[in-house]
Amino acid sequence: MSFTVPDIAWAQLAPVLIVLGAAVVGVLVEALVPRRVRRVVQLTLTLVALAAAVVAVAALWNGVADTGGTEVLGGSLLVDGPTLVLWAITAVLALLAVLVIADRTATGEDAFAPQGAAVPGSGYEEAARAAGLEQTEVYPLVLFATGGMLIFPATGDLLTLFVALEVLSLPLYLLTGLSRRRRLLSQEASMKYFLLGSFASALLLFGIALLYGFSGSLRYAEIAEAVRTVTGMDGLLLAGSLLVLAGLLFKVGAVPFHSWTPDVYQGAPTPITGFMAACTKVAAFGALVRVFYTVVPDLRWDLEPVMWTVAIATMAVGTVVALVQTDVKRVLAYSSIAHAGFVLTGVVALVQSGITAVLFYLLAYGAATVGAFGIVSLVRERGAVRSGAAGAVGAAGAAGAAGARVPALAAAGSSARAGASAGSTADVVGTGAGAGAGAGDGVDRPAVAGADGEEPPVEAEGPILGEATHLSQWAGLGRTNPVLATTFALFLLSFAGIPLTAGFTGKFAVFSAAVEGGAWPLAVVGVLASAAAAFFYVRIIVLMFFTSPHGGPRDDADDEARPGAVVVASQGFAVVAIGACAVLTVLLGVLPGPVLDAVAGVAQLLP
Amino acid sequence: MDVNSLAPLLVAVPLASAAVLLLLGRRSDRWGHWLGLLASTAAFVVGALLLVELLGRPADDRSIDVHLFDWISAGRFDLSAGLLVDPLSLTFVLLVTFVGSLIHLYSVAYMAHDAARRRFFAYLNLFIAAMLILVLADSYLLLFVGWEGVGLASYLLIGFWNHHTPYAVAAKKAFVANRIGDLGLLVALMLMFATFGSVDFASVSAGIDGGLASTATLTATGLMLLLAACGKSAQFPLQSWLGDAMAGPTPVSALIHAATMVTAGVYLIVRSAPVFEGAPTAQLVVTIVGAITLVFGAVVGCAKDDIKKALAASTMSQIGYMVLAAGLGPVGYAFAIFHLVTHGFFKAGMFLGAGSVMHGMDDQTDMRRFGGLRRYMVITWVTFGLGWLAILGVPPFSGFWSKDKIIESAFVVPEGAGEWRAWLFGAVALIGAGITAFYMSRLFFMTFHGTKRWTKDADGHEPHPHESPALMTIPMVVLAIGSVGLGFVLQLGGGFTTWLEPVTGHVEHHEPVLPVVVIQVVTLLAVAVGLVLAWRQYASLPVPETAPEGSALTRAARVDLYQDAVNDAVLVEPGRHLTRSLVYGDRTAVDGTFTGLGRLTVGIGELVRRLQTGYARQYAATMLLGLVVLAVVVLAPRI
Repeated sequence: MSFTVPDIAWAQLAPVLIVLGAAVVGVLVEALVPRRVRRVVQLTLTLVALAAAVVAVAALWNGVADTGGTEVLGGSLLVDGPTLVLWAITAVLALLAVLVIADRTATGEDAFAPQGAAVPGSGYEEAARAAGLEQTEVYPLVLFATGGMLIFPATGDLLTLFVALEVLSLPLYLLTGLSRRRRLLSQEASMKYFLLGSFASALLLFGIALLYGFSGSLRYAEIAEAVRTVTGMDGLLLAGSLLVLAGLLFKVGAVPFHSWTPDVYQGAPTPITGFMAACTKVAAFGALVRVFYTVVPDLRWDLEPVMWTVAIATMAVGTVVALVQTDVKRVLAYSSIAHAGFVLTGVVALVQSGITAVLFYLLAYGAATVGAFGIVSLVRERGAVRSGAAGAVGAAGAAGAAGARVPALAAAGSSARAGASAGSTADVVGTGAGAGAGAGDGVDRPAVAGADGEEPPVEAEGPILGEATHLSQWAGLGRTNPVLATTFALFLLSFAGIPLTAGFTGKFAVFSAAVEGGAWPLAVVGVLASAAAAFFYVRIIVLMFFTSPHGGPRDDADDEARPGAVVVASQGFAVVAIGACAVLTVLLGVLPGPVLDAVAGVAQLLP
Repeated sequence: MDVNSLAPLLVAVPLASAAVLLLLGRRSDRWGHWLGLLASTAAFVVGALLLVELLGRPADDRSIDVHLFDWISAGRFDLSAGLLVDPLSLTFVLLVTFVGSLIHLYSVAYMAHDAARRRFFAYLNLFIAAMLILVLADSYLLLFVGWEGVGLASYLLIGFWNHHTPYAVAAKKAFVANRIGDLGLLVALMLMFATFGSVDFASVSAGIDGGLASTATLTATGLMLLLAACGKSAQFPLQSWLGDAMAGPTPVSALIHAATMVTAGVYLIVRSAPVFEGAPTAQLVVTIVGAITLVFGAVVGCAKDDIKKALAASTMSQIGYMVLAAGLGPVGYAFAIFHLVTHGFFKAGMFLGAGSVMHGMDDQTDMRRFGGLRRYMVITWVTFGLGWLAILGVPPFSGFWSKDKIIESAFVVPEGAGEWRAWLFGAVALIGAGITAFYMSRLFFMTFHGTKRWTKDADGHEPHPHESPALMTIPMVVLAIGSVGLGFVLQLGGGFTTWLEPVTGHVEHHEPVLPVVVIQVVTLLAVAVGLVLAWRQYASLPVPETAPEGSALTRAARVDLYQDAVNDAVLVEPGRHLTRSLVYGDRTAVDGTFTGLGRLTVGIGELVRRLQTGYARQYAATMLLGLVVLAVVVLAPRI
């Protein structure tokens, strides 16, 4: 048996090599660079690597646009138009997500556990926190995941597909469990993600085995050929392709493989949620499109009912369940499920314009997602003042920067408690001057006196805690932080698909593709679902702008004790990322032409 | 002077002004309102220049498509954003910017004591820009952008005083009704895209001429467009939001809920004439919806004691006339638009008058607390009175020329239809005119005539009705002049209908089933009866300060003919019960803002949420079960 060394076109691989190479270097940095400068080095390395990947993609663009793409590594990687587009989208979104990840905010603490290995609540954890430790391993982990995401949609054989899936998943499982706050929730999410992810991987692997049994090959092209020629083994073929699709649908978070999404999105550190919601979905849909368009198009009459069922169920479940959520991260999680359904309508269309539409939608959705989760990571709870601990580290400075003051809910005395239960004291008296610098439309709110005309409760500032994710805490944010709330509203409008935002263009593109491909019932369901979805997006906007603080949805008595929200100032990284996402969202809505044309120009998959 | 460079200014100027006002924030508080007024006036000047340009061209060359930029190209779908300047859109442009500018001027004084006046003007400018996009769009997609834009702006304006909870609720209600309408427009968009491969007016029209669409498709498209129109124009069965929307500041009601936005539905129907021409069934439904709404609004108007809500009911009814006319086909298009223009003037004038009355009466809106105001607010009384005569259709005031034409057209037998139609719709339009005379006279007499029924306010001080400042009365006077003379001027020599002919098409004159003179005389008789009845009951007899119990019909009309109750019973309650039976207890996590279908979906949502238990083993089981179901879906056809 002879073994020929494949001719490797290194240049074509550059984006992947840069990212994975930087990840390996990042591991070495952990070992060799002193802790003091480690964060700076890691961050620089990560940002440079991702930026370089974008540049490398740009450098490859013209060549691919001319030739239609090449097979690399003997067909294991297909560097064609859609691959390049997906690489560019993934790298750009990862870059933005890393900026959010890197932001330590005015509190001086990032979103990650100081020492991932410490048992939650233990003395060791407290010591690690006090020592200011940081898990800078986060950056190489993100790079490894990104590397996997780059390979995943580009691969041309099933084995590489599986390897890429693991490369992108394993770091994500870890990252999910590294939240600084609510660590048990985070670790539980990580565990669930790992278990269910393994389950899905197993399904995928089983499907690969069956397809290999059917066709005797792992190459997409050869399997597609076998589908056309081989007869009499339909059972293997159908079961195999169904299992492979199931594995991919798990990653995109489509019903019925979606149940992990809300728990994991909620538990993971918010910047990681943004990264994984945006980039994983891009990669997974890229792979799904390639498999669906090049491997099994001849099975469309068999697989279409499945994909239709999945698409409709995904849109319906995502939209309907989002209506009853009270946690902003879970709302966004279900919204991401619904979006997966919308993208699926474009995938199912099985027409050329479907590819363009899906790619564009992923960019539009990704930009809004990274931005939205970036904002969620800045809206924090402020805890009660502990006696003698009023000067909690960093709290005072942060409050000054954020420009918002929140009265303590439960000071030592009982009078404040009484006031709080009267529902009148917990009133944010912010002026919005800090963030808005007078640019905003913050409505002056009267300071509310104590319930029975006594002295107003003493205003004091507790330490800033984790994210204020309960929707009731977002009430009135538009008055205290108009700029932030307006930006968040922009992302929500884009999710809702309101014209002149990127989301509208994306939705229009996928629904048009679905209609063109004859799947007009899907488009109708999509339109209905997006109309219903508008309710929960607008509900949040109403909450932020038209409701006074603590006038929002309440569950029960426990809501009374929920602290108000305060916006912490970013170090600058997150602001840059959120701003870039907002600009993208508007640009892609108002002037999507150039991007759509560029994508449409290369949206041709290699067979 | 180049149309291509002028037309974009129409949208750009108010939009830029809105952006400046919002971005500069408080720094522009001192002069912001003047900038807003300037922007709106500038847009009017541009519109006037375009009118001159268009009039200088031959009639068949008066449709100019101004290309802006390539907007969306996805696959075979290729759309550029462009503005269509033709007689129809320009008519709207002039109406919106002229009335809009007057209302800006009025608001300068009306909102003088509001700390957020600058923000108010920003929203007004935003609204003007969106409305102009709506009417200038050359494709249904861009029209949809404007459609959503006016929805957003009106949402912001209705809820402007959002510190009052009912106002915010009203804003939400308007939002829900409008979303249902938007849904119709979106589905129509999809249908048109699927059928014609394009959604610009020209291609759709050409596609219909080319026989690309079956009658069934056109009927479906037409009905969806009608649904959209119903949501926006408060037509049956989506009319319930308009009354509540009166919670917004009065100039908003004058601009949005009388002159401009609510008439967008009529515009949509007239603009979609080719679709409706190919779908007689849809056209008939349009007429029926118009007829129902015109009676519905008139009946509700008879029982409302709140001056703004009575005016809102009247608006609903008058738009019913326009929709009815639009449903009659080419015979009615021009008259629908004609009535729309005159109505824009006299109804906006009356809303501003109502605002002036409220201004003088410490924001009182209950007409049973007015009375005898004519001595104290002479200008308001006169201008309002002219508007009142116009809406009654008394010759030679504006309303006579437009409404009478609609009634006459309703009496024309449509081609290929039974004669019963002409009698039915003609009679409805005629009776509607009588009821209109009654409730508008009731409103007028209760407010300005009869005895004083003023009450002290909470602090115990008497109201001191006084005439409003000049900034408020000037717009009222200008609009009153329009109410008097505009109709006559526009109908001179059939001028207005000829002007619109390039869009609405030339129509041969059809004779109504009754001689025109008879129709006119009977109409005037109906009006006179309504007026005299109102005079007897509300001017010569004392008006009780608390509303009498009234007949069953009155009580029903007071609550909008049970519209909310019907909504509740049909949509909300079943949904709520479903929710209750699905989940133990009725602890919904939602803040109760969703009505109707919202409730239903929330109920289902609760059920699904319960499946989200948090146990990984159950999730895995769900996945496996789902996989089995999918496998069955795949394999079932094979077995």
